[in-house]
Amino acid sequence: MKKWTFLTVTVLSLVLFGCPPKTGETTGTTTGAAEGGEIVVGEYGSLTGGQATFGQSTHNAIMLAVGEINAAGGVNGRTIKVLTEDDQSRADEAANAVTKLISQNNVVAVLGEVASSSSLAAAPICQSNKIPMITPSSTNPSVTEKGDYIFRMCFLDTYQGQSMARYIYNDLGVRKVAILIDNKSDYSTGLAKFFGDAFKAAGGQIIGEQSYAQGDSDFRSQLTAIKAMNPEVIYVPGYYNDIGQIAIQARDLGMQQPLAGGDGWESPKLIEIGGKALEGCFYSNHYFPGDPAPAVRDFVEKYREKYSATPDALAALAYDAARVLADAIKRAGTTDGAKLRDAIGATQGFSGVTGTINLGPDRNPQGKKLVIVEVKGGELTLKASVDPSGQAAPTPGTTGTTTQ
Amino acid sequence: MQTLLQNLLNGIAAGSIYALIALGYTMVYGILKLINFAHGDVFMIGSFVGFYAGHYLAKNNADAPPFVNASITMLLAMLICGLLGYLNERIAYRPLRNAPRIASLITAIGVSFLLEYGGQFVFGPDPKFFPPLVEKHLINFGGVVTTNYQLIVLGVAIAFMGLLQYIVYGTKFGRAMRAVSFNFETASLMGIPTDRVISTTFIIGSGLAAVAGILFGLSYPKIDPLMGIMPGLKAFVAAVLGGIGNVPGAVVGGILIGVIEAFVGGSQFSNYRDAIAFVILIVILLFRPSGLFGKYEPEKV
Repeated sequence: MKKWTFLTVTVLSLVLFGCPPKTGETTGTTTGAAEGGEIVVGEYGSLTGGQATFGQSTHNAIMLAVGEINAAGGVNGRTIKVLTEDDQSRADEAANAVTKLISQNNVVAVLGEVASSSSLAAAPICQSNKIPMITPSSTNPSVTEKGDYIFRMCFLDTYQGQSMARYIYNDLGVRKVAILIDNKSDYSTGLAKFFGDAFKAAGGQIIGEQSYAQGDSDFRSQLTAIKAMNPEVIYVPGYYNDIGQIAIQARDLGMQQPLAGGDGWESPKLIEIGGKALEGCFYSNHYFPGDPAPAVRDFVEKYREKYSATPDALAALAYDAARVLADAIKRAGTTDGAKLRDAIGATQGFSGVTGTINLGPDRNPQGKKLVIVEVKGGELTLKASVDPSGQAAPTPGTTGTTTQ
Repeated sequence: MQTLLQNLLNGIAAGSIYALIALGYTMVYGILKLINFAHGDVFMIGSFVGFYAGHYLAKNNADAPPFVNASITMLLAMLICGLLGYLNERIAYRPLRNAPRIASLITAIGVSFLLEYGGQFVFGPDPKFFPPLVEKHLINFGGVVTTNYQLIVLGVAIAFMGLLQYIVYGTKFGRAMRAVSFNFETASLMGIPTDRVISTTFIIGSGLAAVAGILFGLSYPKIDPLMGIMPGLKAFVAAVLGGIGNVPGAVVGGILIGVIEAFVGGSQFSNYRDAIAFVILIVILLFRPSGLFGKYEPEKV
């Protein structure tokens, strides 16, 4: 029997922790960023795995932005080359990918990731190598706390959680909420906490908490427990690939409450998987593609033309991140790590697709807008727009109320 | 009480899928003493065949009753997975049959990775939506809510388990299978075509995995090329729990794992669902090292 136990343990650990072959795409193996040649920028993202659409939209948008910059003559007379590494939606692979980009490909800066767990794994590596990293869309506050070389383009989960809590409490008049957390994700646990704290502070009640692990397929037992608590809304700050299943299984159990979530829901796959079960569910997001603002319209058009798809929020943020980086390289006049860091940090009044970007001393953008998007008739519609002061203002239809 | 019954029902439905996969592990182990780690990925391929066939039939054979289309989908998945299981054994395992057992085990892990990442290459890495093969209805038993899907899953799983039980214990082929499992060499000396028995075992096991893949797709309609890993692992655990090599043991083990998971998941310890399920496994194995139904066989010197 000892043999058995040993065998089982060995095999289990191989299966769980084994390193599968890389399926990643590398657009080249050029090393070095010799002065006068190409500027080599690294990108790491979830091109495959559980959050694949995050990485793919982000990658598409970065390539769109860099293509435009290069077509317009590049930066300081040099073109930008992007090297992409796939992290398979795994934090450990993200650390490997960034190490490779920095030590083998000598990139001058790094763009990525979407998932906070992956950004948190990569940030210390960028910091210790003094290579600036811009995460387009990791919302967990601790990402930029990893050091002064780490920047972000999106709002934080504190803001996102608070805005949603106030909106649910004030505008929807909801008092009892249950939370379902993805305990494998820093993003989900953080957002759940910020939401819960703000909702309780507003006077609401969190009547129960259940958790699941990313990639689970059966959520019925957690949902059965939540059903018994009978909340008015279920807050599920998870990622899109689990949300559809959760919604379907909730409806299968006869539960009618709307689910609410954060920007992790944002994916073309969300409605494809969840379908009718998601009707009436809503989530907070960075931008709405139907926004009439010229910057948004222009971006959506260009993206559609190139990829025949509507860009999601992660694409919009990645587009901004790539352009902010190019702008900083231009202003710095060099690709030296410390000078580039200072130039990125000095970004003020940059007009992006997701609003005007002003980076604060904490390397986070200040006062970004937030939209609440609802699934209605199988489509995403704008439910409300929240201005940076944190007040929710319901908006009619899909007209949007952005001022930028 | 309602919650209790609801969890029990959910657990049995999920567990019957584990049980179907576990049968494949246990049959192959019984005959070859090989843990076929690619089995969870055969299950994944079954789901993907169902995905493509289901969508194709829904478009091109929409007039046929859903039952017919669902049956065609399932038969097709079983056929393709059976073929895959056959090729797998023929190409990857048979040449190693006389090599040390660890060599086949590592090959099995290799085949598993090949299917997973080959699947990502062929099907694409992003999750896909499994087509609803029949219309879904909610059924309410006095507060315990279920869907016709869960009942279909249970019914189909039980039918296939019964069929397997009949094949193993009621047919000539089953007797040959048991003979090979009892003693490989003696069986071949007695004129049993061992190669054919082994191939057929792989085909049957893979066919059951395909059934599990379709049922899984129906109940959890998000499928992706890495979806076989966790159910495969849990089914393996179920097979060990029931006593690996033992057919009824795999069924009991599978359902037990499903029910334990459902109860832990519904408690305030949902955070530790997988951990607690595996701890229970370890405890059971401490007291019954060869599993619930396994026989203790002392090493002969």
